[in-house]
Amino acid sequence: MSRVASIALHTFKESVRERVLYNLIAFALLLIGAAILFGSISVGVEEIILVNLGLSSISVFGLLMAIFIGIGLVSKEIERRTIFSILSKPVHRAEFIVGKYLGLLLTLVINTAIMTAGFYVALLYQKRTLRLADLLVLEAVYFILLQFALVVGLALLFSCISTPVLSAVFTLCLYIIGNLLGDIRWFGQETGNALVENGTAVLYYLLPNFGNFNAISQVSHGEGIPGYLLISNSLYALLYVAILLSASIMIFEEKEFR
Amino acid sequence: MLAVETCDLTKDYSIGFFRKRPKRALDGLSLRVEPGEVFGLLGPNGAGKSTTLKILLRLIFPTSGTARILGRELNDVSMHARIGYLPENPYFYDHLTAREFLNYVGELFGLGATERRQRVDRLLDRLGLASSRDVALRKFSKGMVQRVGLAQALINDPELIFLDEPMSGLDPLGRREVRDLILDLKRQGKTVFFSTHILSDAEMLCDRVAILNRGRLQGCGDLREILRLGVAATEIVLENPPPEALKELSPFNRSVVWTGERARLEIADEADVPKALSTALRLGVRIVSLNPVKMSLEDYFMARIEEFSHTPLDQDLKAVAQEKEVKR
Repeated sequence: MSRVASIALHTFKESVRERVLYNLIAFALLLIGAAILFGSISVGVEEIILVNLGLSSISVFGLLMAIFIGIGLVSKEIERRTIFSILSKPVHRAEFIVGKYLGLLLTLVINTAIMTAGFYVALLYQKRTLRLADLLVLEAVYFILLQFALVVGLALLFSCISTPVLSAVFTLCLYIIGNLLGDIRWFGQETGNALVENGTAVLYYLLPNFGNFNAISQVSHGEGIPGYLLISNSLYALLYVAILLSASIMIFEEKEFR
Repeated sequence: MLAVETCDLTKDYSIGFFRKRPKRALDGLSLRVEPGEVFGLLGPNGAGKSTTLKILLRLIFPTSGTARILGRELNDVSMHARIGYLPENPYFYDHLTAREFLNYVGELFGLGATERRQRVDRLLDRLGLASSRDVALRKFSKGMVQRVGLAQALINDPELIFLDEPMSGLDPLGRREVRDLILDLKRQGKTVFFSTHILSDAEMLCDRVAILNRGRLQGCGDLREILRLGVAATEIVLENPPPEALKELSPFNRSVVWTGERARLEIADEADVPKALSTALRLGVRIVSLNPVKMSLEDYFMARIEEFSHTPLDQDLKAVAQEKEVKR
């Protein structure tokens, strides 16, 4: 097994033994279950409510897991000095960072799979049957996972340079801003001021655009995601994650462990 | 090929928040450690021992100077496959058991599953942890964690082992076991480089020692040489010497200590020993014993530290600050 895979697997084991993870999964499943209730009092739009609430729960709780576990990925190792015994082995610092990243991503993929399974159980309970069209939900889930990939990258980067609390604040702020980037750019264009317009355009291209990955509403109305969007968003996330990991590695390579 | 070689290794830290000032943790350390020897890096707390080890393990980077381990540059991470390291006051993953943790470390060394299992079991047995192999590390006592630390440092059967305060947190029995382990490693031809401030351990284990104080090398050499060369005095024990004999011997002896009817005289100058003996014989005093009082490692250590303590630390810091200013 390669060193990256070992570190990833170890990070996965470490994450799944966190109690907070199970609490979050339980809450998510509870909320998905509650969506059935909300659906039953919304005549005619039961399925839309269930898909909206279910996918939002998966997104929000997965996000919380990504942030709260992600911010401790590196800082906890430094704080507890476990890093000493790992970096004194034939492990490149880049391997450590990539392994940590992949480990948490694996945790999130499996948790998202569990929450999605819960969602389908709720859907089956409500509709009594599942159709092939219901698989459209998986496209939105895939986009949610791409968001998680970006969030973990951000949390990891901040974890290399800051304290866990500040890392959580920075990551959450960037996630919120990243969801509003379209509006921010529109606002810049509306002002008519060249400086503001250029500034918001720079932000639009520089910061991670989480709004691109929001397909919950579309899917809840039974609309699929065009293939080109699936590909372009995948490439965007891949490129952005590569940049975030490269930055984390560059910072981590220079870091001293006193 | 030397096991460890450092040349003028220096490390400065920045201290202060707004106005950063340099603090020299290690100052021009040059050392050579031969393969197969047990080398002790001694010094009081804050002397720079852990800093030296962390530089060698590439956990921190030197401000200047160079170092090589097993003939390789420090930035050659593949060299780590041939070394082991026990950090000071180690701490490992709470959620893992001793066996899981050692298995993980074995994976990082690229060991196969069967070999890993064999080595983990052997080391757990060797370090007295066999019955706790499946207990979570968070339930381990400090001494047990230290043993796990030793096990992870040895899992790859290293040629060179760095141990940072290996006896720390161990009870007398544990210390004895670690001493035996180090001697066993020496018998196997391994090089052991360890830091300690417990001088009795160093005296028992080391072939050579280096003394560090405030980041500077105060002395380095063969322990046997140090202890052999350092004859501090000669002790003559006399049976019930009369007061006039003691008066006549007084120009030679440094002190007289009575124990029952015996007087123990300490002759500082080796040249005075024959004179003192002939005086005692002439006066008919019975000589019970004659022993050279050798310098202990502690005496040598204290002498080195005291010698250095005449240089105030503030002067050192000012000199470093001035040096930086000139460079700018």
